[in-house]
Amino acid sequence: MRYSALSIFLNGLRGNTGWTSAWHFPEPRPHYDVIIVGGGGHGLATAYYLAREHGITNVAVLEKGYVGSGNVGRNTTIIRSNYLLPGNNPFYELSLKLWEGLEKDLNYNAMVSQRGVINLSHNDSQYAAQMRRGNAMRLHGVDAELLDREQVRSMLPYLDFDNARFPVLGGLLQRRGGTVRHDAVAWGYARAADQRGVDVVQNCEVTGIRRENGRVVGVETTRGFIGCGKLALAAAGNSSRVAAMADLKLPIESHVLQAFVSEGLKPFIDCVVIFGAGHFYVSQSDKGGLVFGGDIDGYNSYAQRGNLATVEHVAEAGVALIPALSRVRVLRSWGGIMDMTMDGSPIIDRTPIDNLYLNAGWCYGGFKATPASGYCFAHLIARGEPHPTTREMRLDRFERGYAIDERGLGAQPNLH
Amino acid sequence: MSSYRLSAGGLIDRATSLSFTFDGRDYAGHDGDTLASALLANGRRLVGRSFKYHRPRGIVAAGSAEPNALVTIGRGGRTEPNTRATMQELYAGLEARSQNRWPSLDFDLGSLNGLFSPFLGAGFYYKTFMWPGALWEKLYEPLIRRAAGLGQATREADPDRYEKTWAHCDLLVVGSGPAGLTAALTAGRAGLRVILADEQFAFGGSLLSESARIDGMAAPDYAARCVEELRSLPSVRLLSRTTVIGWYDSNVFGAVERAQKHVAMPKGHRPLERFWRIAAKHALLATGAEERPLLFGGNDIPGVMLAGAMRSYLNRYGVAPGRRVAIATTNDSGYALARDLERAGVDLVAIIDSRTQPTISYHGRARVMSGARVTDARGGKSLSGLTVAVGGRSETLAVDALAMAGGFSPIIHLACHRGGKPVWAEEKHAFLAPQDLDGVTLAGSVTGAAGIAACLADGAAQARTVAAALGKKAAHIRADVEDDVVAAPQPPLFSLSGVKGKAFVDFQNDVHVADLGLAVREGFGHVELAKRYTTTGMATDQGKLSNANAISLLAQAHGVSPAEVGTTTFRPFYTPVSFGALTGAARGKHFQPVRKSPLHEWAAKNGAVFVEAGLWYRSSWFPRTGETGWRESVDREVLTVRAAAGLCDVSTLGKIEISGRDAATFLDRVYCNGFAKLPVGKARYGLMLREDGMIYDDGTTSRLSENRYFMTTTTAYAAGVMSHLEFCAQVLWPDLDVQMASVTDQWAQLAIAGPQSRAILQKIVDEELSEEAFGFLAAREVSLFGGRLNGLLFRISFSGELAYELAVPAGYGESVADALMAVGEAHGICAYGVEALNVLRIEKGFVTHSEINGTVTPADIGLGRMVSRTKTDFIGKAMLAREGLSDPVRLKLVGVMPLDPAASFQPGSHILREGEEATLENDQGYATSAGYSPHLKSTIGLALVVGGAERHGEQVMIWNNLRQQYTPGRICDPVFLSAAKGGQGA
Amino acid sequence: MASLISCPHCGIRPKEEYAIKGAALPRPAPDAPRSVWFDHVFLRDNPRGPYEEYWHHAGGCRRWLIVTRDTATHEVLACRDAGAEPAVTA
Repeated sequence: MRYSALSIFLNGLRGNTGWTSAWHFPEPRPHYDVIIVGGGGHGLATAYYLAREHGITNVAVLEKGYVGSGNVGRNTTIIRSNYLLPGNNPFYELSLKLWEGLEKDLNYNAMVSQRGVINLSHNDSQYAAQMRRGNAMRLHGVDAELLDREQVRSMLPYLDFDNARFPVLGGLLQRRGGTVRHDAVAWGYARAADQRGVDVVQNCEVTGIRRENGRVVGVETTRGFIGCGKLALAAAGNSSRVAAMADLKLPIESHVLQAFVSEGLKPFIDCVVIFGAGHFYVSQSDKGGLVFGGDIDGYNSYAQRGNLATVEHVAEAGVALIPALSRVRVLRSWGGIMDMTMDGSPIIDRTPIDNLYLNAGWCYGGFKATPASGYCFAHLIARGEPHPTTREMRLDRFERGYAIDERGLGAQPNLH
Repeated sequence: MSSYRLSAGGLIDRATSLSFTFDGRDYAGHDGDTLASALLANGRRLVGRSFKYHRPRGIVAAGSAEPNALVTIGRGGRTEPNTRATMQELYAGLEARSQNRWPSLDFDLGSLNGLFSPFLGAGFYYKTFMWPGALWEKLYEPLIRRAAGLGQATREADPDRYEKTWAHCDLLVVGSGPAGLTAALTAGRAGLRVILADEQFAFGGSLLSESARIDGMAAPDYAARCVEELRSLPSVRLLSRTTVIGWYDSNVFGAVERAQKHVAMPKGHRPLERFWRIAAKHALLATGAEERPLLFGGNDIPGVMLAGAMRSYLNRYGVAPGRRVAIATTNDSGYALARDLERAGVDLVAIIDSRTQPTISYHGRARVMSGARVTDARGGKSLSGLTVAVGGRSETLAVDALAMAGGFSPIIHLACHRGGKPVWAEEKHAFLAPQDLDGVTLAGSVTGAAGIAACLADGAAQARTVAAALGKKAAHIRADVEDDVVAAPQPPLFSLSGVKGKAFVDFQNDVHVADLGLAVREGFGHVELAKRYTTTGMATDQGKLSNANAISLLAQAHGVSPAEVGTTTFRPFYTPVSFGALTGAARGKHFQPVRKSPLHEWAAKNGAVFVEAGLWYRSSWFPRTGETGWRESVDREVLTVRAAAGLCDVSTLGKIEISGRDAATFLDRVYCNGFAKLPVGKARYGLMLREDGMIYDDGTTSRLSENRYFMTTTTAYAAGVMSHLEFCAQVLWPDLDVQMASVTDQWAQLAIAGPQSRAILQKIVDEELSEEAFGFLAAREVSLFGGRLNGLLFRISFSGELAYELAVPAGYGESVADALMAVGEAHGICAYGVEALNVLRIEKGFVTHSEINGTVTPADIGLGRMVSRTKTDFIGKAMLAREGLSDPVRLKLVGVMPLDPAASFQPGSHILREGEEATLENDQGYATSAGYSPHLKSTIGLALVVGGAERHGEQVMIWNNLRQQYTPGRICDPVFLSAAKGGQGA
Repeated sequence: MASLISCPHCGIRPKEEYAIKGAALPRPAPDAPRSVWFDHVFLRDNPRGPYEEYWHHAGGCRRWLIVTRDTATHEVLACRDAGAEPAVTA
């Protein structure tokens, strides 16, 4: 069923009884050409692009919960491509371009809103780092503007310009960055993949990876064995555990990142603002809630919940940046599990095991990567070689000494 | 508008009159009122507009679950949107305004949305607004945003104070209703350290609204007697107006005390709100139960409210709910309200009981309609009548108030905050808390218990068990209850046949029954998907009133038990918490602590301009009269240092004393270069790597005696290096005899640089400082001022000039600096700051963390030869050998200068080959640092560039597209001024 | 994460006094094969369940500790001084 203003009008006249399910609820078949583990944004996008770009439709996405029950529905909805390193920058720009055409592609309004993303700087070295980053973006044709203090003030007059412990010096603005309604991304991809013949199997947890002669031949699941030609892992948050089913040890730790939403407010903050002197970033959803977050709690965790120390740090940073937030009430906090890698950058690669492909390690940048991640992972699975934008996102880059370390923090995942 | 206030009864003080305004109109209420009760008493029913359809909404609850009565209170920086009128204590001068309406609450144009409601069903926005794409940001989204949202937040800073505190206790009791009170009393009497927290301003919970009698007393009096005794117990702390908002690891609870939210003008010496972190050995949750609304058309019309809420307004606040009232009930609890209404003389028209055989015997005057249910309510801004389905026919009733008694859902939020899943209890028709929680017990109606007597007994019994587990014996508490209405749980009422209007599930978010049906049809039937697709349960009440009904509807749609549907996840916070409370005092200038160097005052009196450097304030430059800009000052400082002498505060550098028999071995392992053979009395520059082979930090370490070393680190990494060294010593090599102490704060450290530095220092240093006696890299303890003071003197240089660093005990720093300035005056000394320091080091090609940014190896900055080839082990050795770390494409340190000395460039500019297209593929590297060298009369910089030293002499483009600054330049040796006296890297 | 950690030297202290480094993995011998070093520096078992980690009592006694913690529940199961046992293999 095609969605449009007209379809809403016609269905509305008929009491909205004509709407059909956005997707099927298929029983898994005995064998698929490709099985994707993880029905989150990346897994569903991979399935969609396998079908659309490569004509591979004998595909199942196995999801242990419901579609989009992982990080795609737990993040702070920010999209941007303001990356520094050549190993990252073209990939995230590809992603942003895919975001820009997403709604027409999927016939689903995920509310891609290019409201702008501004990273603030508070000292000379941050300013210089943003100069470097912004110029790297411009080198790749990505939009970037470096604002000085007064330009930031005219854009965000409610920041603390008078009494700040760390005064705002400037900011790196990407106007094409913004926010997307996160759940709708999972739903849109699930519906579009389903329409192209992909089986999105919910409530189907992978419990084992079966190998014969060193090659992956299928997966054990809570709904029985399912055979496959290729197995693609896109189970962020649980990557290490799923990979361990194939005796694969990853350069990844799982960490909890909390996110927050305030009570609904009339328009207050127009763009995405990222504080540079504390861990805090904020945007406002179309529904009116301020959606914000900070740093990971810092300890390995598979529990999707954090603790008060981080909650308080985030609030402190928020008020330091925007004093008026003090009277705004925080409605809810939640936690997602991040695959934190050893250099803060992701992995899209084949593994040393035949037929096993890995999409993991998104740290806390996975949401914005969703379209390109699916696009490039599908490319890798279909063609057996990496998409040009993910050439450096190799699993063996650490062993060879080719880390993609945007922040220069080394093999300490909780610092990235 | 006439008054609905009863002439007697309730816990309000009719002798007081508190004037307040709502939407600019004057009203009055009493001490003991909430804003909600005062509005109702004044006959003000319409208090808000709903989120989507802008439907008129009234007060539906009497506590923190209120979804409708959200108002904005206060002015200026004290403006608070979305305040629940039901939780806001009334005070004289309270200013409240309705929200989400235009132009006025009574006439709201947004209500036109209701006409389009067939087209605005659940998730409609996912299906449209896609064409043309550009209109989303320009047109559709701004319209949606303006229409959405609730109140308007202030943009002004908050003038009030907040604070945070920790508390520890044996037993935290949450909720002071019947179970909470007896629990606290039992535990308190047994001598346990008890904290009793309640979100209301008065203790007693449901007892405050109860008409039953306990031990011969009115229920509120019984509560007051309990509280009085609790106050007398030394180990009990009572926290009213305190909402426990979350349960965290290690049995720590977060709680917010609204210390001064009930006064017009908060007293400045007290916090507005206080955030508590309560570490409890055990917690007893006596959080009660939430009543469920009933589903019928127009169940959101002002005048329809929960039965328990109506009972609160009647009994506690002395407010009649209307002139002609009906009660729709599924269970016996509705009859307690009936009894109270009739006692108060309110005209009760009918009791509409869904059961064909009510189990309670009722002797009142109202008509009891058995086997009946409301199908639709009528009225716009106020209820005018009902349609009731009874015995297969339909009947209308003219009423102006309706109570909904749909049964109860235990308030189990806190018990589920740590991941436990609620358990469906079929016999109670409710979800209960997960079982066997560690450190938490539940008591009272939160367990599904019904009736006051049962709750009183349960609280006491559970507290006795807790006390016993903590080694205390507690006595029994018994209480006799008269007129206790024990409402046995009944299945929820879910017949929707005959319903014509919209039956709302989530009031605030305007989710009605049809929306959930649509969600199920469209594949969003999972409880979490239904929530996200319809937004039910996502409003500011977080589904307190809506979730039970939503789950039942989903269960019905799927033909399964609610147990199979499950619940959405309960997450903190129980009720919303202000940023202010979570922030406490860490705001404004106090966001982070301030570190000041022991030479801060010296720098200040010499006119320093300070700059934030991490937590430190460092002196940036020292302007003099007549200088027109910072560059002029910095140029003078740089020239003076190279021509005469300068004094710079370098106290912020990390300083670590290292001692022990194996200190030399230890240093040999933590630095990549050799330290074992460093002679006593000498300093050496060292590079510390991470285990992945990248440079971690640099600095000098001096051997003061055989087994005693003095290490300096960079300012930024001082704490990190200290931790790292402790890790190495304690964990990696515990067999080494080595100890260390951070002495950063113990020493003031002064850099004295320039050709005159020796002569100046010699005036205060007792020892001979000649080249022979105190040569390059000498490092020794020295005597100062004729033996009056000892210090540490290092012949090290970060400027390439003859230079020293002198460390003196921190308290003497300012005096020593003063003395040096005094004796140096004749030699032309000046104070210089970090800006000049930066220029001086760039001129000599010395690196800082601008270059060693965590992605560079020693070889990358031209110091590959420093890496020991002979040591068997040092941190980083193994991984430094990875192939990628010697790949020729790596960026390496060079100098860079503009061809035209008048031109300039900034750090962060990229380097491109001359004439090549500006693409990412052609990127050759970037400028890490830049500054104006008054010696070379040109901007100079350091850069990390592919190929490094091979490219000295190459002409390049210094490319800064952000600033449209394209500077033709030349790559050169990073040492701009030829080395004379050595320094970093020497 | 537990809000409180019991330091073997200082007793029960708030988590904010401690800083976590990560997996408590013995450092390979200097001459261990490259693959062993690579595994040590870059790969992690990352289990769901009990896990040994290095924590630094930075705001207390400044000893490095090995905390055994359940990554699924955040429960601290044990805490001991890290210097009491060899942390370097071979």
